[in-house]
Parts: sequence; C-alpha cells; structure tokens
Amino acid sequence: MKEVTISELERRFQEKIDNDIKIEPKDWMPEEYRQTLIRQISQHAHSEIVGMLPEGNWITRAPNLRRKAVLLAKVQDEAGHGLYLYSAVETLGADREATIDDLHTGKAKYSSIFNYPTTSWADMGTIGWLVDGAAIMNQVPICRCSYGPYARAMVRVCKEESFHQRQGFEIISLLAQGTPEQKAMAQDSLNRFWWPSLMMFGPNDAESKHTAQSMKWKIKRSTNDELRQLFIDVTVPQAEMIGLTIPDKDLKFNEETGHYESGPINWDEFWEVVKGNGPCNKERVDARKKAKDEGAWVREAAMAYAEKRKERSAIRA
Amino acid sequence: MEKNTDLFEYVLRMGDDSLILGHRISEWCGHGPILEEDIALTNMSLDLIGQATNLLEYAGELEGKGRDGDALAFLRYDREYKNLLLVEQTNGDFGKTIMRQFFFDAYRKLLFERLIKSTDIQLSAIADKSLKETKYHLKHTSEWVIRLGDGTEESHNRIQESLDALWKYTAELFFANEVDSKLLAAGIIPSMEGLQEDWNEIVSSVLEEATLTIPTNNWKQEGGRIGRHTEHLGLLLAEMQYMQRAYPNMKW
Amino acid sequence: MSNKEWPLWEVFIRSKQGLNHKHVGSLRASDAQMAVDNARDVYTRRSEGVSIWVVESNSVFASEPTDADSLFEPANSKAYRHPMFYDVPDGISHM
Repeated sequence: MKEVTISELERRFQEKIDNDIKIEPKDWMPEEYRQTLIRQISQHAHSEIVGMLPEGNWITRAPNLRRKAVLLAKVQDEAGHGLYLYSAVETLGADREATIDDLHTGKAKYSSIFNYPTTSWADMGTIGWLVDGAAIMNQVPICRCSYGPYARAMVRVCKEESFHQRQGFEIISLLAQGTPEQKAMAQDSLNRFWWPSLMMFGPNDAESKHTAQSMKWKIKRSTNDELRQLFIDVTVPQAEMIGLTIPDKDLKFNEETGHYESGPINWDEFWEVVKGNGPCNKERVDARKKAKDEGAWVREAAMAYAEKRKERSAIRA
Repeated sequence: MEKNTDLFEYVLRMGDDSLILGHRISEWCGHGPILEEDIALTNMSLDLIGQATNLLEYAGELEGKGRDGDALAFLRYDREYKNLLLVEQTNGDFGKTIMRQFFFDAYRKLLFERLIKSTDIQLSAIADKSLKETKYHLKHTSEWVIRLGDGTEESHNRIQESLDALWKYTAELFFANEVDSKLLAAGIIPSMEGLQEDWNEIVSSVLEEATLTIPTNNWKQEGGRIGRHTEHLGLLLAEMQYMQRAYPNMKW
Repeated sequence: MSNKEWPLWEVFIRSKQGLNHKHVGSLRASDAQMAVDNARDVYTRRSEGVSIWVVESNSVFASEPTDADSLFEPANSKAYRHPMFYDVPDGISHM
C-alpha cells in the first residue's frame, strides 16, 4: 500500500469540498474539520434543547386549546431537532452524553437568545417570528453544508420548522391587532427580543474567529453580517405591516443600497450573556442538569431490565 | 333534552379526564428523563389534548348554551370539573407519571372499545379515533411499568411506592351514577359490563410481570366525578386558566 | 447498578407501501422494542412512515472509503451492462 502524506490527504479533501462532493462519516477529514463540526453541531443541538425551556415555560398557561397543542408540538419538534443533531454529532465519534455533559459544565455554548426570560404570552409569538425566523436564515444555508449527516439533518429540521415561524407570526399579529392590552403586550415583547434576535447571528464578521476557515470548508455558507442584514431587511416591513415599532431609533431605509441601516448592537451585552451572565443562563442549564440527574434511575432501570431479559432468553435458549 | 343533559355530563367527564391528564403530561415537556422519552411523553399529551378538544367541543354542543370547548376548558370553577381524582395527581417522578398513565390507559382502552358501539354517532367516532391512540399509550406505559418494576432495586422501590400511593384512586375509574344508568337505558352508552374485571386482568398481569405487589388495602378515594377534588386541581387550574382570567374576553 | 449508556440504533423507515426502508437517522434505546417505539415518536411525527426497522449501530459493518476505488470503480468500465451501449436500428420501437 502506498503511503499518502497528510498534505496530500488534505489536498484531496479540499478538492472534494471545492467540487461540492459531500464528506461522509468514515471519510478522511482533517482533525480540525472534525472538531469544528463537533463544536458547531453540538452547539446547535444544545440550542434546540435549551431552546425548549423558554417556550416550555408557557405550555401550561397557553390561552386556549389550539395554542396549547401548537406550542406543545413546536417545543416537541425542538426536542426532535436536538436529537437529529446529536445523531449527526455521534457520526463524528463524539458520544451524545459526553457532549451533553459539556453543556452542563458550561464548556459548550448554545444560542444566547435562550438566556432571556419569557415573561408574557406575546413572547411565544415573538420567539416564533423573530427567533425562529433568524434560526431559519442561519439554517437554510447549512442544508448545503459539506458534511453529509449535518446537511441531511438540517434539511429535515428546515422542513419541520416552516410552521414554527408562521405560528409565531400568527400569535403576534393577532395581538398587534387586538385590544390595547394585547397590543402593549406585543410591543413590549418586540422591545425585549429585537436586539437579542439580531445578536443571534453572532459577532460582526471582523470579530468572528471561525468564519474564514468554516467558509472555506463549506461548513458555513454565509457570513454573520450578511445573514443579519437579510434578517433586518425582511423583518422590518413585517413589523410595519402589523403596526409594531422596531425599537431602534437609528433604523432607516437606504434607497440607494436597498437595505435598512440599523443602530449599533450592544456587543458588551452579547459577550456577557455568552459568558454566562445573562438573565437566565443559570436557570436554563440547571433545568437541563436536573432533568438528566432525576432521569438517571430511569435510564439505569431500562438498561438493567434489557440486560436481565437478554440473560433470561440466553438461559432459555 | 333530558338525554342531552345526561350525555353532556358524560362527555364532560371524559373531556375533563383528557384535559387534566394532558395538561399534567405537558408539564414534562423539556424535562423528561431522556430526549427520546421527552418526545414520547409529549406525543401522549398531544393525543390527550386533541381528545379533550373533540370531547369538550361536543359537550358544548350538547349543552346548547353557546359554550365552546375553550369556554369549558378554561372558564369553569373547580367544582364544575368532573375529572377523576387520579388524573389530577401531581407528576411526581417519572415512575409515578407512568403508573398514573398506565392505570388510566388500561381503563380508557376498555372504555373506548365499548363506546365505539354507542348509538350516538359522534361519541362513537371520537371513541374510534381515540382508541388507536390509547392502545399505543397503554403499550408504552405497560412496557415502562415492567422495565421500572423489574429494573433495578431503586426503580422497583420507587414505582412500588407510586403504585401504593395511587391505588386508592383507581376505584373511581368505575364510578357510575344515575347519569350512566339513564344513558344505558336509553341505549346511548353500551353496557360497561366486565370493564372492571378486564381492567383488573390487564393491570394484574402487567404488575405481575413487573414483579410489583398490588396493595391489599382497598380503601377508595373518590369525588372527582361529582366535582369534589384534591388540593392539586385548584393549583393546576390557576395556572391553566391564568390568561383567560387575567385578560377576559380576548382572542388569542 | 448499570451505568451504561443506552445503545445507539440506526433507524430505517418505509414511507409508504411499495418503497424501500430508508435510513433516516439514529437514536438511543435500551432494547429493540423501545428503539421501535422511540423511532415512531421521533421520526414519524408527521406521518412519515408505515413501517420501521431498527438496527443496533454497532451491528452495521461498512465498507471502507479507502477501498472505494477497488470496490466501485471497476464497474465504471462495463458500459455493456447499460442499454445505451447497444445500437438499435431506426424504426424499431418497443425495445
């Protein structure tokens, strides 16, 4: 067998990527590519799972039966999406529970938006409209990501998420056209979630340390700022349409570029929340830890039973 | 109209059972013992809330006073809820949730099987649809009762404790009063004969496989069917009704 | 007490009668029966399936990507296995 040098393997690898040939689990890949994927996909999975909590907060208070079922189905979808993504992480040789433990120790991150509290029913609308809207923009390009299992998981996620944004917009537009109390509730919610939603796209391109390499590897297909701009351009007219005001006094439309120009994002706040100082960071991680700890005896029992049954059938055979 | 009043009461009971238990299970969403089971629990909750919607909508029609499913679900006082005490009991640990659900599923499956034969077309249709869901729930919960009962020493002790705590609420599953006898006489609900015996058979065979012991004390704790509840329902309703009470007469 | 993680299972779903089971992803379950139940709950929430297969992931034996050349390329040179390889005179139909 002929020896192939690492640099030759790397060249072939990049050639595949450049030709849009997907990378599959057993293919040779640079260690750094593997680690980047594990980090990114698990962060994405954690975001889905932690993302269940702020909306889960309102399941038992949903105002009618239809909303209750829809919200429940939506939060459940997020569990499903987390699972599809953990599956993709496992194809890279990373164990799911170990990945989850990294979330619990604070080593792994998740989308900082979920560290903000959901204090009113209108937040269920805003989250669907803005947070899922932003997530979809982030996710659609990943359907073309170079790593096969991640791309396939994202296709499934995007297909399922199409109803998430719509149900949110339905909630918020109904409130925006409702009674004065409802309208105030909707505006207050937009005021609280607008800036954190813009932060969801991550730091400015100049500050983003992973972007260049990830773009070259086609793990990432658009930059943070490109996606953020796209989000602002489509969302501002939607807010106007339903009569809500975007909480940005610097916001104006530039006729020449065809884009909205917006005020400065408070990046100090962003980094503090990422570091763990957001309003709900501790509650979110604690809730996940609690679920895992309190479920330990259940998981052990199921395994013990499965082993007992295997032994019993071996004796019978 | 007598028929409608009785049938209203009967359908309301079933609707409330589904509503309150569906609500309880929904409290698990995001907190399950493992992701796969979190999703499974939510599927059960969604089925129950779907059943509650169908049943309460129908109850509203039968009542004929302009109340729809939501009005019945969210705008009654605690004494007007007719659910079983069993379903309003708190979730406890996963084993208690499973045991509560198992007792209920076994009863519901047997009930729906009989109600398919109802001369009331709508009730029969709801039973037909719900039976398919319920059969799956019963399969799922039976498997879990066995796994936990015959799993580890800890799981065995925990679920035995839940069984002991919930047993006194199971007698109410077979509650029947003059509403039932009138509906039976009018041929609207089919005979429930053998339901309790069949339930005992399902439950004892699963519990036996799970190496669990049925309590010998058969003291009954009932009241839900006549609107006399445990402390838990009031708290559940305070949460569930919050939006409708705080912001009356609005569309959501 | 068993501290082992539940095994990983690969899930295959037949989306409707007449089609093959197709790989859709994986999940964790303590035994095969639970794996089927979990697959139903995780992968068929939108009526995606009529039948489910589950296979424990460590039972899957896969070909090596490095062998791909010798496994699959030899077939590329056998054009005579494909109908386009053959000339059919003009005017002949149903062939």
